[in-house]
Amino acid sequence: MVPKDVAGRYSLWTGLAVTLAILATSLLAPASFAQLSDKAILPISDWVGSGMNWFARDAAIFGVKIADITRALASAAQMPIDWLKFILADGWVKGAGFNKVQLAPPLSWLGVILAAALVGFRLSGRGLAILTLLAGAYLVFFGLWASAMTTLASVVICVVAALVLGLAMGFWAYRSVRAEMWLRAIMNVMQTVPIFSYLLPTLLLFGYGPSAALFATVVYALPPMVHATVLALRSVPSETLELARMTGCSRAQTLWKVELPVAAPRLAIGLNQVVMMTLNMVIIASMIGAGGLGYDVLRALRRLDFGAGFEAGMGIVALAVVLDRLTQVAAHNQSTGRQGLWSRRDTLVAVLLLLVPTLASLALPALSAWPANWTLTTAPFWNGAVSLINQNFYEPLEAIRTAMLLGVMNPMRNLLQAAPWSLVIALLALAGYTLGGFRTALTVVLLMLFVLISGYWQAAMSSVYLMVLSVALALAIGLPFGIWVSGHARLHHPVQLALDTLQTLPTLVYLLPAVMLFRNGDFSALIAIVSYAVAPAVRYGMAGMTHVPSERIEAALMSGCTPWQSFRFVRLPAALPTLILGVNQTVMMALSMLVIAALVGTRELGQEVYTSLARGETGPGIVAGLCVAAIALVADALLKSGAQRAARHEGEAHV
Amino acid sequence: MKRLITSALLAASLGAAAPAAAFEAESTETIKLMVADWSSMLIDTEILNIILSTYGYSVETVVADDSARYPGFENGDLTIALETWQTTQNKPFTASLATGKVLDMGELGPHAKEEWWYPAYMAEKCPGLPDWKALKNCAEAFSSPETAPKGRYLGAPVSWGGFDEERVKALDLPFEVVHAGTEAAMFAELQSAYERKAPIILWVYQPHWVPSVFEGSFVQFPPYEDACYTDAAWGENKTATHDCGKPEGWIKKMAWAEGEKKWPCAYDIVRKFTMDGKELGDLVHEVDVKGRPVNDVAMEWAKNNEAKWRSWAACAEK
Repeated sequence: MVPKDVAGRYSLWTGLAVTLAILATSLLAPASFAQLSDKAILPISDWVGSGMNWFARDAAIFGVKIADITRALASAAQMPIDWLKFILADGWVKGAGFNKVQLAPPLSWLGVILAAALVGFRLSGRGLAILTLLAGAYLVFFGLWASAMTTLASVVICVVAALVLGLAMGFWAYRSVRAEMWLRAIMNVMQTVPIFSYLLPTLLLFGYGPSAALFATVVYALPPMVHATVLALRSVPSETLELARMTGCSRAQTLWKVELPVAAPRLAIGLNQVVMMTLNMVIIASMIGAGGLGYDVLRALRRLDFGAGFEAGMGIVALAVVLDRLTQVAAHNQSTGRQGLWSRRDTLVAVLLLLVPTLASLALPALSAWPANWTLTTAPFWNGAVSLINQNFYEPLEAIRTAMLLGVMNPMRNLLQAAPWSLVIALLALAGYTLGGFRTALTVVLLMLFVLISGYWQAAMSSVYLMVLSVALALAIGLPFGIWVSGHARLHHPVQLALDTLQTLPTLVYLLPAVMLFRNGDFSALIAIVSYAVAPAVRYGMAGMTHVPSERIEAALMSGCTPWQSFRFVRLPAALPTLILGVNQTVMMALSMLVIAALVGTRELGQEVYTSLARGETGPGIVAGLCVAAIALVADALLKSGAQRAARHEGEAHV
Repeated sequence: MKRLITSALLAASLGAAAPAAAFEAESTETIKLMVADWSSMLIDTEILNIILSTYGYSVETVVADDSARYPGFENGDLTIALETWQTTQNKPFTASLATGKVLDMGELGPHAKEEWWYPAYMAEKCPGLPDWKALKNCAEAFSSPETAPKGRYLGAPVSWGGFDEERVKALDLPFEVVHAGTEAAMFAELQSAYERKAPIILWVYQPHWVPSVFEGSFVQFPPYEDACYTDAAWGENKTATHDCGKPEGWIKKMAWAEGEKKWPCAYDIVRKFTMDGKELGDLVHEVDVKGRPVNDVAMEWAKNNEAKWRSWAACAEK
């Protein structure tokens, strides 16, 4: 411990010296230390672009074109989607236009809702059944049912695909150390590259329509499943494996009969993450042809009907909450060993519940499609509210915006943009060395050099400025709030529900009203990012505080600490590693929102990615996306080393 | 769903009136109609969908991004698009035509226009409008705190181009160009300003619902000519290009070239498919302002104009 600190202090001084030296050189020496000349920038995006085009158009394995393979995959994936849509949303329709005839209706909404409520009731109890009924009623009465079922159809397929792939890859990583190293690196990049940057390659490979959206979603939702699988398999006690070996299990038997059942509860947590991330993608998937609720949101916002957009967005939240609670309950039942909850009679009842209303809908069409003039809407209320706020509170809001923009945001952006790249990299390397040692410093430098030579330095600095400010704000709001909530057990449930809503309600739904009040530009973007990134800050604030061992608090109390002293000297240090991880998650969320923030007119990496998607340029999209990933990885490396250091000092980590 | 049923019922009642066409589609393969996310394209494409389906073609509508559509058309993922706007898509469309894999199917009919636009109440604060020279003297009336004393012009999303930075420089306008992230964000700002009668000047295009809902006018710049964008000596400013307004122009239909062999009659129908600008504008108004479902509006048009579209489909009516 001691030598490390000495090394740290030593490195601090050398670092300072280096910084000063670089600062001096950049002031005196050639301008290229401050701003890289255009000649030194490599045309990486051109290479990536033409590489991708070649891969999607001409590349072949054993004489079979890659594009043909991916197209075949796409049409194979299309089939189950079509089937589910036929069962849930559209029914069997033949012909169209003047010759349209419906041969069979889809499953009646009444049947689907009652069957889902039965599942909820059997797995959990009355609470979940009522929640399911309410969510279903919301979708029906607000006229969102058909869209919701289209969304559900693609969500189900995505979840199944991500689950199977994630399990397979996770198992592979668990068995082979080298595979784990590679997979972990790839997953980290996959998780941080913005979705928009691989949307175009996906379109090239898989064609337009729901199946391309499906593949993009699976890429996005896969990493947590892989991580969860590795963790879950690791958590199987060695004695259990020993037992399996002693009783003569084959390798396959060990996997299916021992490892997977024991690991099931943790696997279910991964499944839950997959469900949430898939629903996160609903809006973006609808931009490339998935239809459903996401498309309803886009259409409504396009005609500035905020209320209708909000209602469709809440439809996504309703789906997410029900699916989330169902998977969580399933996980909980597994870990507590509750079994035999579902009997054969229940299956029969469920089938009857599905069939009877569906057959009845032949005579009573309202059971198949809720009549349009019976639907409810609250849209005029929301539109009125937005317009009321706009007309009465615009001036004070505008004053806040102007003050922030002129006083904080613009100066900070200008400072970062003007800072010489050599200085920025040196400072980051120093931070890396102090926190994590040589390897961390090297990682940081290499990643930042990639950003530099790919020619996105200025854009990247704009992203960093936006990210730093929003993370600071999100933490300033989220952490204290989370810490405060952790002391009030009664608030846990409502706060969780609010956080879930915040994370699954499509950002665009509240982004556009924000634009009405704060105009296009960085301030609206800031609000969007903060409101999304505040959720993990609150969550980790709560988690960090509730996991402090009670003996310690007890001990602090006995030794006569005041509540403040107990907080400052006992609970806060103990929670620090978890809190730092929370900071890390907040940074990741903020970065993943950059691309969405581009939709309200920022000028940074997210905008580069979005613009190249709109222009159909594969190369710049991917490279700018990789730059976002590079920034994320730098932040991740620094914060993880910070957390480890804090944990070493503290002697434990709640990881 | 409910729309499906209403249209099914409509179809049934109409089916009784009109004898089923004896025409058989040349190919059972699916024709993929591209739709982007603005209303006029949703409506006219749905009308085309009704027409083609009535003649027994297997048709599907596929959602695709306006600018990201070209690879899809070149390899046959998309078959037909009814709207390609000269104002925004001229360059990629021409480039795509040059590959030989995409066909120009002629003009749809409506005339596309895009330009700087201001609400009517701003005419008082800036006398001399719509002539662009008035903007030189009243930039402050259009300013916001962070751009003052320069005016704030809200431009289209970056990816849509439009050369507004160049225009501001070439015409020496005391304005700062701020780009909206998306069209929705741009018009959200317009609605906000309009409700408060606050200053705003921004990019608007038509046919669109905005000019029909909000009262205002386009700024009149020196009219566009090709030379203005390429020849610095042209126009007001002898040393700079882009010293003029934006191009106005056609909206064209496009198609995947190989499809011509598969569905020659369908391609013939698409070539003849045209809509009047006012007619389409009225349909957009029904959908966007009155909030009616696209399918209902399209089906209503198809019922009222049956003779017209049956005449386009001469090859299938024999």
